Amino acid sequence: MSYKLQFAELLPYWNVLLYGLVFTIVLTIVSTVVGIAVGTAGAAARTFGPVWLGRIVAVYVELIRNTPFIVQLFFIFFGLPALGLKLSETTAAFLAMVINLGAYSTEIIRAGIEAVPKGHIEAGLSLAMTKWEALRHIVLNQAFRKIYPALSSQIIIVMLGSAVVSQISAEDLTYAANYIASRNFRNFEVYLLVALAYLALAMLTRAALRALGRVIFKAR
Amino acid sequence: MLFKRLMLAAALVTAAVATQAHADALDNIMKSKVIKIAVPQDFAPFGSAGLDLKPQGYDIDMANLIGKELGVKTEIIPVTSANRIPYLQTNKADLVISSLGKNEEREKVIDFSIAYAPFFSGVFGTKAMAVANAADLKGKTIGATRGAIEEQALTAMVPPDTTVKRFEDNNATIAAFVSGQVDLIATGNTVAAVIAEKVPARAPALKFVIKDSPCYVGLNKSEPALLAKVNEIITKAKASGEIGKLSEKWLKAPLPPGF
Repeated sequence: MSYKLQFAELLPYWNVLLYGLVFTIVLTIVSTVVGIAVGTAGAAARTFGPVWLGRIVAVYVELIRNTPFIVQLFFIFFGLPALGLKLSETTAAFLAMVINLGAYSTEIIRAGIEAVPKGHIEAGLSLAMTKWEALRHIVLNQAFRKIYPALSSQIIIVMLGSAVVSQISAEDLTYAANYIASRNFRNFEVYLLVALAYLALAMLTRAALRALGRVIFKAR
Repeated sequence: MLFKRLMLAAALVTAAVATQAHADALDNIMKSKVIKIAVPQDFAPFGSAGLDLKPQGYDIDMANLIGKELGVKTEIIPVTSANRIPYLQTNKADLVISSLGKNEEREKVIDFSIAYAPFFSGVFGTKAMAVANAADLKGKTIGATRGAIEEQALTAMVPPDTTVKRFEDNNATIAAFVSGQVDLIATGNTVAAVIAEKVPARAPALKFVIKDSPCYVGLNKSEPALLAKVNEIITKAKASGEIGKLSEKWLKAPLPPGF
């Protein structure tokens, strides 16, 4: 153990790290919001939609849940230009994250929807609620309450998985770490610092989601 | 008595070896009608194993050219970049043609001919991109491999509003260029040659050179006759366009201006 830690060598790069941190946070927030919207729509389509739509959603879910995230990302960034769809690395990163979280959350939310007893929906409909009102007030409300912890975990997994977007030159926190390591070769310090930053982010995300859950699902 | 004889024999052998080592290398080559040339076996397009497992590449063609010009048989000796200079120093090779760059440490132990092959990193791009120097990169996006020498040099020289997209390795940088995610890349001329060969539709054209480190033929010190002869052959081959042909064949690009 003769290695001398020199964190001071990271100081000149504080702006690179800060940019990466902000990028990762924004990327996570936006893709979480849009991804869960996609997941909700997908789950609703699979449980209440027409059969053909349910099949399409099923194919989407299986395709995404059974392929590696990095392959999906490379396909969007390096592959799609061959079809004439050229996306910037930031857009490609957002899109890949949304598509990925969308597929996983579809299954999670579907589990929640299927756990709502049919009788509740029938009760709502018999009280002259429209199908949409029943979906919103009875099904989704109960479903989200049930699957909220699982969904929170998935959001954190996606946030940590976002490190992969550094591979297509999107300038997230991991990109910042790789960049600094390529400049001063202080790999130990850089990756230790960034690992701690991810740990802090994950714990903050969990705390924020818990607080959000208390506001959304407070007992009525 | 026996001991004395042995000592004498040893002295004679040492003297003979020393004489041989100090004899003019060019004379030896002309007498034995064979020139031994060390070439790379692991560094395409300069030297790699072909489909028949024989070495092929720019350096092998160059070695054969020198043998032909000397009128002797060329014996190709595949080496690695780590042992190419020791091969020369131990007289296992007369010349090293192994994408060898010049630097101070090497100049202390061996001599170098004039440059026989262009080797440089630069900014390459599609034909439509009008870029002639670093200032022209203003507002443009350029891809590079993170941590590579050319990427660090590029970062230091580009205007502040240039976007440098840094990729994990050469393959990702190549993929970004080939897929059209970037129209400019900073890379080595050998990498550009690979792209030009695999995807002729997006052959990268040289915009400007970042760092030039051409390849030289290496040979042992104090061999002025051999050095002069090798330089003469290279000069002649440059003038006759033979080296230009090698560049077109293996590096898929004409010789850079001023080479």
